[in-house]
Amino acid sequence: MAAIRIENLRKGFGSLEVLKGINLDIADGEFVCFLGPSGCGKSTLLRSIAGLEDLDGGSIHLGERDITEVASAKRDIAMVFQNYALYPHMNVRKNLSFGLALNGMKRDEIDRRVENAADILRIKELLARKPRQLSGGQRQRVAIGRAIVREPKLFLLDEPLSNLDAGLRVTMRVELAALHERLGVTMIYVTHDQVEAMTLSDRVVVLDKGKVSQFGTPLELFYQPANLFVAGFIGSPRMNFVTTEVTGQVDASVTLAGGGLAHPLTLEMLNAAPIAGAKSVTLGIRPDKIELVSAEAGHLVGDVRLVERLGTESHVHISLQNGGDMTAVVRGTHPVSARERVHLRLPAEHCHLFDGDGRAVARRLDVETQTLINQEKAKRVA
Amino acid sequence: MDMTYAGAEPKVARRKRSAIARYAAPYLFISPWILGFLFFTLGPLVFSLTMSFYDWPVVGVRSFVGLDNYRSMLFEDPQFWESLWITVKFAAIYVPFNIVMSFLLALMLHHITFASGFFRTAFYLPSVISGVALVTIWSWIYSKEYGLLNFMLSFVGIKGPNWLGDPNLAIVAIIIASLWGLGGTMLILLTGLKAIPKELYEAATVSGVPGWAQTLFITLPMLGPMLLFTFITSIISAFQQLTIALLLTKGGPLGSTYFFAMYIYDNAFKYFDMGYAAAGSWVMFIIVLLLSIAVMRWSAAWVYYEGEVRQNDGEHNA
Repeated sequence: MAAIRIENLRKGFGSLEVLKGINLDIADGEFVCFLGPSGCGKSTLLRSIAGLEDLDGGSIHLGERDITEVASAKRDIAMVFQNYALYPHMNVRKNLSFGLALNGMKRDEIDRRVENAADILRIKELLARKPRQLSGGQRQRVAIGRAIVREPKLFLLDEPLSNLDAGLRVTMRVELAALHERLGVTMIYVTHDQVEAMTLSDRVVVLDKGKVSQFGTPLELFYQPANLFVAGFIGSPRMNFVTTEVTGQVDASVTLAGGGLAHPLTLEMLNAAPIAGAKSVTLGIRPDKIELVSAEAGHLVGDVRLVERLGTESHVHISLQNGGDMTAVVRGTHPVSARERVHLRLPAEHCHLFDGDGRAVARRLDVETQTLINQEKAKRVA
Repeated sequence: MDMTYAGAEPKVARRKRSAIARYAAPYLFISPWILGFLFFTLGPLVFSLTMSFYDWPVVGVRSFVGLDNYRSMLFEDPQFWESLWITVKFAAIYVPFNIVMSFLLALMLHHITFASGFFRTAFYLPSVISGVALVTIWSWIYSKEYGLLNFMLSFVGIKGPNWLGDPNLAIVAIIIASLWGLGGTMLILLTGLKAIPKELYEAATVSGVPGWAQTLFITLPMLGPMLLFTFITSIISAFQQLTIALLLTKGGPLGSTYFFAMYIYDNAFKYFDMGYAAAGSWVMFIIVLLLSIAVMRWSAAWVYYEGEVRQNDGEHNA
């Protein structure tokens, strides 16, 4: 069993509190990404699991075993570092076998593990080379190989692809997913790249200022963000926000107006649950859901600042008439141009609603999306 | 009317002038250093080489003697071999001690977090103190009657020896006094330690590599170029040992600390035989050069350079 249970984990550096009570339950064999902006504490959390940081409080369990106070070497883990951390003076074979040899493992067993790892990662022909003689991707493979030879219960990967160019990153991403499939061990992966997190993970932990902002499957994060931070962080271009007010409340028909909305929206239209006592709320909409319409049908008015044409789609940056900015994603051949006045329609069924504290108001998803999320969850459980 | 404009200068002439300026400019920029090198380094070197082929008294007639100075030094002067042997003995003890102690000190300073700046300064300070001041301090420490060392030994019931008066102990005393200035070597190694990526140690820690093995198999190889540098500079400084011996023991007792540099010094400034002293200097230069070449050759087996790709390392594919 290599399930991880983290309870109330706290860690600070001097007066700076980096991890503020982290609670996580990661299942055996799961691929989990820690995602968040720089300084959110994701690497510190990973290093704490690795035993490379002294904790201020909390506990970590690997399976049934409490490893909070266990030395890093005895945690049955392996770690891949951002800059690979290969020993430059040793060849690839030595890099792979170094730790094993010093732990008293027999020569035959070391050779078997090294050959096996080299086989999996297709680096057999590189075993005699020094890291200096390897390309970025090959170095990355060797770093992963060094983790594989340990045959650990848990893999920890600290932004392992961030030093690679875009093309190689995609290739290595696919290889990592295949490796997880093949080995079937629990993997925790730190990244600030949401594409990596969304494509690789069974579940994603979104961290914000040392706290877990949301822990869910990639589609859950995208379609049901728990708060404004996750809503803004997941998705590219990021979600648009409009601050508006609750102006009328008759049963479930809460009306939203203000913030430049030409036509009021109701909670019924948004499929949202009732809001208790909130005055100011935030409306969120993904850029690809905004529609450029005629003046009568538009909720908001603005002027196009810039059009970025990407081929299949175009990103339209708009300055709203009542202040604030929005980005709309339209089809690549849409004739909209800079300095043009546009009217934006916010389809209510695609709008997210956040209360005064930035928490998401529960909303009903369309059947298709809900089915997709359920399938993703079912696959994870299986 | 014939008018000439500055801008009307033929293009070819302008291009030629700018090409000269382009090639000459770097040399003009480094010319102060080149002149300094010619007058104060290369000039004296050539001059001393010339002197070594002459009978060159400070006052009197100089006469060309060819290789006579070298021949009589190597085959007729027992003091040459004695002083060389003392220097080799000194170097054989001083060099490894200097490197090992500097390394251990650097390792400790690298790991302490409390008042690290203070300790770094404290350990480095002796190496910037002038030789004369250092000898004055050590002559007090080693003094038979009032010395600090014997005073401290008396606390544990040991009657201290005559450090500078005993032919067997005097060279030990000079080695210890010389090691007092290991701050420079320590600082170089400390800089090297700080440049080793900490991820290498973390990767080893996670892999269960014990601390001693990390020092042996990661720290030492990664410090290779620095260790080589300090090894060679330590050999050079050991062969150049003069100030401490000259001021602390004056080569005694019974010539037990009569170093090779002192032998050269005496020939030049005591016997005023500049030609002979110059020949001695060139002999020392050749010995140090040969030793350095030998160490450099040997280092290929244990020094790793980050940017280096050796022939037998396989095909480059970065």
